[in-house]
Amino acid sequence: MVTYIIRRLLYGIPVIVVSSFLIFVFVSTTTDPLETAKMNPRGSKTAINLVIKEKHLDKPTIERYGYWVRDVFTNGGGTTILTDRPIFPDIRRVLGNTLQLVIAAELLTLLLAVAVGVYSAIRQYSAFDYSATTLSFLGLAIPTFWLGLILQIIFINIFLKWHVRIFYTASLSSVDPGHGFQFFLDRVQHLVLPVITLAIVGIAGYSRFMRASMLEVINADYVRTARAKGLVERRVILRHAFRNALIPLMTLAAIDFGTFFGGAVITETIFGLDGMGLFFINSLNNGETYSLMAWLLITATMVVVFNLIADIVLGFLDPRIRLD
Amino acid sequence: MTDSERPSDHPKKGLTDVRLEGGIYPPDAQPRTDPGVPTEFVTGMPASELVYESGLDLKARSQWAYARRRFLRHRLAMGSVFGLILILLAGVLANRLTSYGPAEIDFNNILQKPTTKGHHYFGADFLGRDYLTRVLFAIRTSAKVAFLVAFLSTALGTAVGALAGYFGGWIDNLLMRFTDLVLTLPAIAVLLVASARFGNGNQYRVAVIISLLLWTGIARVVRGVFLSLREKEYVEAAKAAGAGDMRIIFRHILPNSLGPIIVNMTLTTAGAILIEAALSFLGFGIKPPTPALGQLIQDGATELQTAWWLVVFPGIVIMAIVLCINFIGDGLRDALDPTQRVRA
Repeated sequence: MVTYIIRRLLYGIPVIVVSSFLIFVFVSTTTDPLETAKMNPRGSKTAINLVIKEKHLDKPTIERYGYWVRDVFTNGGGTTILTDRPIFPDIRRVLGNTLQLVIAAELLTLLLAVAVGVYSAIRQYSAFDYSATTLSFLGLAIPTFWLGLILQIIFINIFLKWHVRIFYTASLSSVDPGHGFQFFLDRVQHLVLPVITLAIVGIAGYSRFMRASMLEVINADYVRTARAKGLVERRVILRHAFRNALIPLMTLAAIDFGTFFGGAVITETIFGLDGMGLFFINSLNNGETYSLMAWLLITATMVVVFNLIADIVLGFLDPRIRLD
Repeated sequence: MTDSERPSDHPKKGLTDVRLEGGIYPPDAQPRTDPGVPTEFVTGMPASELVYESGLDLKARSQWAYARRRFLRHRLAMGSVFGLILILLAGVLANRLTSYGPAEIDFNNILQKPTTKGHHYFGADFLGRDYLTRVLFAIRTSAKVAFLVAFLSTALGTAVGALAGYFGGWIDNLLMRFTDLVLTLPAIAVLLVASARFGNGNQYRVAVIISLLLWTGIARVVRGVFLSLREKEYVEAAKAAGAGDMRIIFRHILPNSLGPIIVNMTLTTAGAILIEAALSFLGFGIKPPTPALGQLIQDGATELQTAWWLVVFPGIVIMAIVLCINFIGDGLRDALDPTQRVRA
């Protein structure tokens, strides 16, 4: 088991190295973080040259990649190019914000998707099943960014018309969020719309997945055996079918969770949430290679780690699978 | 049995219209006396007109004919085909359907609400450009990108998957490790960075970039199919008859793996529409003056509080296209791969 984990983690290293190098080359050769500074007529040439020298911008890309790797191990990912701001505190802040968003969204998604999927499977071809199917097809066809904008339009117009503030449509907190419960309420009001945006698309996909795996289990021989020996239907479904049908979804959720650390790029951009996704977009737009690389390092590592966690969990839950 | 002996007065009966208590045979049916030799070899009659002694007229249908029948009977899928054709035709005929140009500025019409007056059914944007016209032209761009992505990624994925699955060994190992690598790359990061770097806001470049990320799914599917089909007896027979690798791949295995490939291609098209829209929305995809659906929404989002129609209409069109394609894909899967039906 331990060797398995170690081997898997070692396999992850080349993936991280290759993707980080590719992104580093792409970003550092196309965007110039000093573009606006150079255009400023009153900007001093010496200051710009100093930045270039200090950040090794005049060195070949490979060498700069080396400097970045050194910074990762000794300097917490280094500092931004233009403003010389340490990257690590920023990334810790946006990661915390993103986790609030995606954990809330994922919990909501899982709860509803499991309920809908199981009920659809038990009552296959019922009115409920058909409407759930139709709705999930609709959910899978909705562009995320469009859904977010529509929610914004609705709640902005509610506010403009009746002056009722139900949910905020942008940012993470009010200017003066207050303390304790007041702060919590304020945060919830800000997070509801982005969470709904993420959850609707997620529920559409997960509920289909749950339905399919539940259907497969319900038609399995051991479920028929359970019924044949006279168990109550409720017990057959909950203890025998449901617990096993949950395994594939748990694996999928664990893998997905790894990708969540990168933030919901689109949703965070629309709602102006100070999370990983927005951090990524801003770094890309400003040509801040090192910020972008810090983002990438966290994201790629988490994807590798959670893929591994998914496999380990699967190995524990499903005795037919042996890890070695 | 020769042609002249064929009972001319016998009504042609397919299996489906025989409904008798005794079974599926008509009353005058006789057991075949000479089983085993196809009529083709005895009489030179093509197998498709095979007539058994029973008088049952059995028409040989290829599996494609069966698939076509199943698809044509899939009501939702056929409806979606019509819907999609309608939307695409509207895009293709954009310059005939409206009297406005996609970039025709009209300062008397700035942020016009949707109205029948002057046929501004979708309203007008902040430069007074007729929004229906812009949406129709955007359909062109988005559909072009989506189909290009579907074609390119399917071709690439099929090639990689076929080579890996057919030859196995180190070729398989090499190609699949590469596929895994592409699959584990953080997709959105690579997509955005590559679009910013190479995309240039050009629709064809954006399409190529999206394809270079989307082929992995198809490659895995095709590899799986090839792995199982290359062990089949007919492949062995072809080998024994002296067929070369390329002939076996293209003539024997590929036609039999077209089902999953086509289904995946449809799903890729739907995915490509959504990805292109998201890219253009974030400002990394197709850039003005070429109108694309995602980019229209991005433009409209600046007037979010006052002009809802600028966001609503292009989004509904995207949804309609994706919905149609997904339903078609569902119908195709039912038609081409009946074993998968339960999982729908």
